[in-house]
Amino acid sequence: MFDWPTLVESLPLLAKSLLVTLESSLAGLGIGFVIGVLVCSLRLSLHPLWRRLGGAYIFVFRGIPLLVQLLFIYYFLPRIGLPNVSPLAAAITGLSLAAGAYIAEILRGGFLAIPEGQLEAAHMLGLSPLDVLVRIQVPQAVRLTLPALINEMILLIKASSLISVVGLAELTRTAQNIAASNYLFLQTYLVLALFYCLINIPLACAGGLLERRLKRRLA
Amino acid sequence: MTVTKTHRPALALRGVGKRFGSNQVLHNIDLEVQSSEVVCLIGPSGSGKSTLLRSMAFLEEYDDGEVFIEGQLLGWEPGLPRKRTSRAHLNKVRSTIGMVFQQFNLWPHMSVLGNVTEALIRVRRIASGEARQRGLAMLEKVGLAHKADAYPAQLSGGQQQRVAIARALAMEPHIMLFDEPTSALDPELVGEVLHVMKQLAADGMTMVVVTHEMGFAAQVADTVVFLDQGQIVARGSPQKLFHMTQHPRLQQFLQNYLDRNAFWQDMKEEATA
Repeated sequence: MFDWPTLVESLPLLAKSLLVTLESSLAGLGIGFVIGVLVCSLRLSLHPLWRRLGGAYIFVFRGIPLLVQLLFIYYFLPRIGLPNVSPLAAAITGLSLAAGAYIAEILRGGFLAIPEGQLEAAHMLGLSPLDVLVRIQVPQAVRLTLPALINEMILLIKASSLISVVGLAELTRTAQNIAASNYLFLQTYLVLALFYCLINIPLACAGGLLERRLKRRLA
Repeated sequence: MTVTKTHRPALALRGVGKRFGSNQVLHNIDLEVQSSEVVCLIGPSGSGKSTLLRSMAFLEEYDDGEVFIEGQLLGWEPGLPRKRTSRAHLNKVRSTIGMVFQQFNLWPHMSVLGNVTEALIRVRRIASGEARQRGLAMLEKVGLAHKADAYPAQLSGGQQQRVAIARALAMEPHIMLFDEPTSALDPELVGEVLHVMKQLAADGMTMVVVTHEMGFAAQVADTVVFLDQGQIVARGSPQKLFHMTQHPRLQQFLQNYLDRNAFWQDMKEEATA
């Protein structure tokens, strides 16, 4: 069933494109996390204007399909006078903006679960709002929402298959190209699926491990 | 620890009022706390004693009157209409106050020592080595230096509350506010927390304590203040207050405590009979 020589021949190309997938999804995740924290704090602000702003962000970036967002960033933004962006920059921007919207909503539950008194104690000791956010709220919100955050991480890596639309040869696009030249569709796509699993399985395991470690401490 | 006596009260409330919506929870409260004085606020639940204490830290924004911490107006800009002071100014005025809460409010993701040193490092900008030394000294003071590396969840309630006291003391406050510090504790663990508080009072700390521990109030307080329905109904030395007969509401309140402990006396009498 397998044509092993062709398969082995295709591996270096796939491995190289794997780097593109990893690079863009990890960058998207990192920047998306920062956006998520900020949007989440907006959503929980006492000021109605900030709250609405946070709500609007989530409405837009969660509501529009990632594919459409990517097309918009890559093809439309230069039209309205913004400088041309490289495909990688467009991909990372799109992934970050979308991940930010989802992560903000995930973290919101975690933020709300932190007892108000802990924040009062921090304010009484003179900690600044930024210190309270970074030192008290985010670490606990992450622990409380870890399963959902890992889920989001895996979803994002899979969603990165969409960035080929802006011309990036990431994993999925590369596999398509390979299959188009050797006509071994089934075999190539099976290898492709295996690649995604190989990224996500260790991620899920590491997440589970981390979760157990943190739980032991907080129980 | 020595505290210099001055004419200026450590803490002064003038005509403080507070509403939640249309519900007036504090009426025209006047109160002065002198340096090194220990004041206990007692009263039935819903009498406004916690709200009063939280107003002294601006955790509740009082609506009327003024709160002065060592002569500085707390929370509001002088004059009307009311406008909040800047965060920096609020922090400056508050920096002489330490607060201890009923629910301890330790940060569960940080070690015991981390809880104590966090503000030293982030707010006072003290190098982490020195902060560690100071933190350990504070933990020593409450008898918990050996738990420095434990996490709050691994401690008993009494131990957690002692860590919370050490955390507040690390910032070297002049005034300590206690909001029902033993109410969330098992009866067996109350003593160790009260012991630390007595020590603190003996060292000359200015303290305001909302409490249901009448024994503590009787032994340690210089002044006991009885609140009912948002008003100060009676105040005075514990000797005077606990024997006041002219206040029916206070009498009724104290009688509850006597009744609850009456069984003890009865059983003793039965045993000796």
